[in-house]
Amino acid sequence: MSQSSNFANARADETAEATQYLTVNLADEEYAVDILAVREIRGWTPVTRIPQAPSYVLGVLNLRGVIVPVIDMRLRFGLAREEYTATTVTVIVTVAGRNFGVVVDAVSDVIDIVPSAIRPVPDMGTAVDTEYLKGLTSVGERMVLLLDVDKLLQPQDAQILEAALPAAEEVKAVA
Amino acid sequence: MAKILAVDDSASMRSMVAFTLRGAGHDVEEADNGQAAVDAARGQRFDLVLADVNMPVMDGISMVRELRTMDAYRGVPILMLTTESNPEKKMEGKAAGATGWLVKPFDPEQLLATVGRVLG
Amino acid sequence: MSKVDLAQFHQAFFEESLDGLDAMETALLALEAGSDDAELVHTVFRAAHSIKGGAATFGFADVAAFTHVAESLLEEVRSGRRAIDKPIVELLLRSGDCVRGMLSRSMGGHPAANAESEALRAALAAMISGGGAPAVAKAVAVSEDVEGWDIAFRPFDYLLKTGNDPLRMFRELAALGALTVDTSLDKLPSLEAMDAESAYLGWTLYLAGPVKRAAIEAVFDWVDGDCELSIVAREAAPKAVAPVAAAPLAAKPSRDAAANSESSSVRVGIEKIDTLLNLVGELVITQSMLTQFADGVDASQLELLRHGLGQLQRHTRELQESVMSIRMLPISTVFNRFPRLVRDLTQKLDKQVNLDMRGETTELDKTVLEKIGDPLVHLVRNAIDHGLETPAKRRAAGKGDTGTLRMEAFHRGGSIVVEVSDDGAGLNRDAIVAKAIERGIIATGEGMSDEAVAELIFEPGFSTAAQTTDLSGRGVGMDVVRRNVADLGGSVAIRSTPGAGTTFTITLPLTLAIIDGLTAAVGEEIYIVPLVSIVESVQLGADAIRSVAGGGELFRFRDAYLPVVRLHDVFGCEGSRAKIEEGIVIVVEGEGTRIGLFVDALIGQQQAVVKSLETNYRRVAGISGATILADGSVALIADVTGLVRMQARRKAA
Repeated sequence: MSQSSNFANARADETAEATQYLTVNLADEEYAVDILAVREIRGWTPVTRIPQAPSYVLGVLNLRGVIVPVIDMRLRFGLAREEYTATTVTVIVTVAGRNFGVVVDAVSDVIDIVPSAIRPVPDMGTAVDTEYLKGLTSVGERMVLLLDVDKLLQPQDAQILEAALPAAEEVKAVA
Repeated sequence: MAKILAVDDSASMRSMVAFTLRGAGHDVEEADNGQAAVDAARGQRFDLVLADVNMPVMDGISMVRELRTMDAYRGVPILMLTTESNPEKKMEGKAAGATGWLVKPFDPEQLLATVGRVLG
Repeated sequence: MSKVDLAQFHQAFFEESLDGLDAMETALLALEAGSDDAELVHTVFRAAHSIKGGAATFGFADVAAFTHVAESLLEEVRSGRRAIDKPIVELLLRSGDCVRGMLSRSMGGHPAANAESEALRAALAAMISGGGAPAVAKAVAVSEDVEGWDIAFRPFDYLLKTGNDPLRMFRELAALGALTVDTSLDKLPSLEAMDAESAYLGWTLYLAGPVKRAAIEAVFDWVDGDCELSIVAREAAPKAVAPVAAAPLAAKPSRDAAANSESSSVRVGIEKIDTLLNLVGELVITQSMLTQFADGVDASQLELLRHGLGQLQRHTRELQESVMSIRMLPISTVFNRFPRLVRDLTQKLDKQVNLDMRGETTELDKTVLEKIGDPLVHLVRNAIDHGLETPAKRRAAGKGDTGTLRMEAFHRGGSIVVEVSDDGAGLNRDAIVAKAIERGIIATGEGMSDEAVAELIFEPGFSTAAQTTDLSGRGVGMDVVRRNVADLGGSVAIRSTPGAGTTFTITLPLTLAIIDGLTAAVGEEIYIVPLVSIVESVQLGADAIRSVAGGGELFRFRDAYLPVVRLHDVFGCEGSRAKIEEGIVIVVEGEGTRIGLFVDALIGQQQAVVKSLETNYRRVAGISGATILADGSVALIADVTGLVRMQARRKAA
């Protein structure tokens, strides 16, 4: 992979400041989430199930008096659900004023990434669909994928699901 | 710095005037009509009074007349907040004993400059 | 000092302007009704004046320009040059509406002026005698080539009493250039004759430098007429002056942008805050008392501990009630729009109506208050449009020309009741039955009680374009009124006497924020069913269920057969009992329809603070919200009206 074509851009980006990211583990891969979007990190606690929710929406929990939905990231991306262990973590994120929780295997650390270090994601069969990734970077020996949290809770299919809801109820009534 | 009495029935105007003057280190008390201003003025001696003309209960010009009958306020600067479209009010204010006026609309900088002028 | 940001005063200006516009409207309506109270005119003038001043100060130029013209018209009325008449009132009422819109748009960051405001502004200007006065041309001296100025200044004796100080003026002059001052003592009396507060001195000053005359005049601006003053330039004579006409206000047609004017703040009376503070203080004391006990509790202290806990519970409950009361606002904020509405409607329809409003101080929660407006507006429109007759018809019926529309609010039990009643024609049974048959709602009116016939008007599809006039705008139909009220957890009933009048009674919970609910177990989950919707809970025997073709289940309750709604089915819960005799059926009522909710067991009853599911997630059918249980976990609250509708759709399928 030739990097020479990126040199000119890289030099321009070098002066840009680094952004902090929280890295999380999921199914042997590492993902980075903009630290500004992260509100809180909690251990896993049981949630209250919600009717008619997609399978990856586990339910809602009480975040100091506010009701917050929680999604399982493995289920979100079509992976098999794993048993929750002591390291399982719920990361509470804020996107466009909405709060929601994301359950991941574990939390890693906080790293700095400069814009110049971010590369586009090639089609390489990651568990997470490239549509939800903002880019890719290397931290030492580790390869870290930058997650686009904006897309986690309101993806295309959830919107279609919402629109289909009344029709689904009709179908259910007949059944 | 100075003790200033700001009189206006519009809460937002009063807030703006008070905020601006406090920011410059002055001690500001507020009143929302002429009568309330006179009552406050009896309680303590202010170094400067800023008053709107159109107010319920007691308007600004009556307030000036009232204040000027009080010993403590015979030479205290009293500025009216008037609109440029009312030159008669300026004359009335002067006749009642006002020191001068500040023309609305004014911005914080103009307010501070005029107050600075008067307080010396 | 850093620059003062005026944006922080915008919200306050906006709110007080709205208050001013309300006061203006009330005063204008009173003036139109014939009141000759001069104070009313002053009120209207002051409101316009304040808004103009604030708008100009805080940077809303369009609003200032518009209000300026309105103020000029009002000045003519106030000074007696014009009498107030119907056209002026009408124009001013519309102007008030226009300013509301302009303010809204301004607060939303959109251009305030639009085609409508420009047209109104022109109309106002046209009303003013002689049309809009052209701006006075001011002579402006072009810059002069002067060496300096000779100034002679002798204040009149009372000048010091106006608070003006010659020293201050000289300091200002000195800031413009090099100043020399000569004092004249010729008017100074002897010490005994001297009054310390009088001015006896005179001065001759020379100000060096190419200073503008205007700058010097500005220094003496305030004392003009209180002194002898001459300002003479030295050296070159001033050039010819050219009058400059002020530019007329440019008309700015702007796009009409949607404005969001919902205020999310609540204004609170100071007594409520004080009560709150006191209760918090008591709470702190009780808490610290208990903390002390935690350090060494033995049996003898147990009684004191119990006492402390009892106190804590009382104070906490009082605190909660106090906080809730802060959210309670008087219904007058909603009632206030009706005098204007009734006036406009009666004018358009040529009817005479006396509006009688009672119980305006009745308080209800802000959440309910915000949503009760539209249903009430519809009921009022309906009463004036259909209920109340024209003066001619009323006379023919032996009634007075003027009809009465009464709006009354009061508390009853744990609810708030709002009644809208009129002394009009009442419901016409035959006409309703005929229309219902025409719309296919019923086949015949035979055997229907008067109450049942009255209920027909709430059927969807009952009112159509033929019946509604252009006044009954959006959300037409009594069914929408009932739906809106039901969404608030309330109900609307109707009572009518033909020829005498009709009364609509809306019953609402005092607040939406806290509900009393029954906690029920459904499978492994817990759901809350609002008490206000519960009729009764029953335990059915194994043979109590009748099956219906299509899979439905019915059971007998009092004199009717009601459908069974198995919540574990609707909500997809696991681990539920399948047998009817092993569970409980909660009979609930929503929108006048009853259904039975089958749950596994009743756990208890509790007050639940309603939390939104939509804030961070989305709306879920059959669920109205969530609440937090004592153990911190979340329980969902069943939406009875929603479940009733879901059941109806099932039935229809």
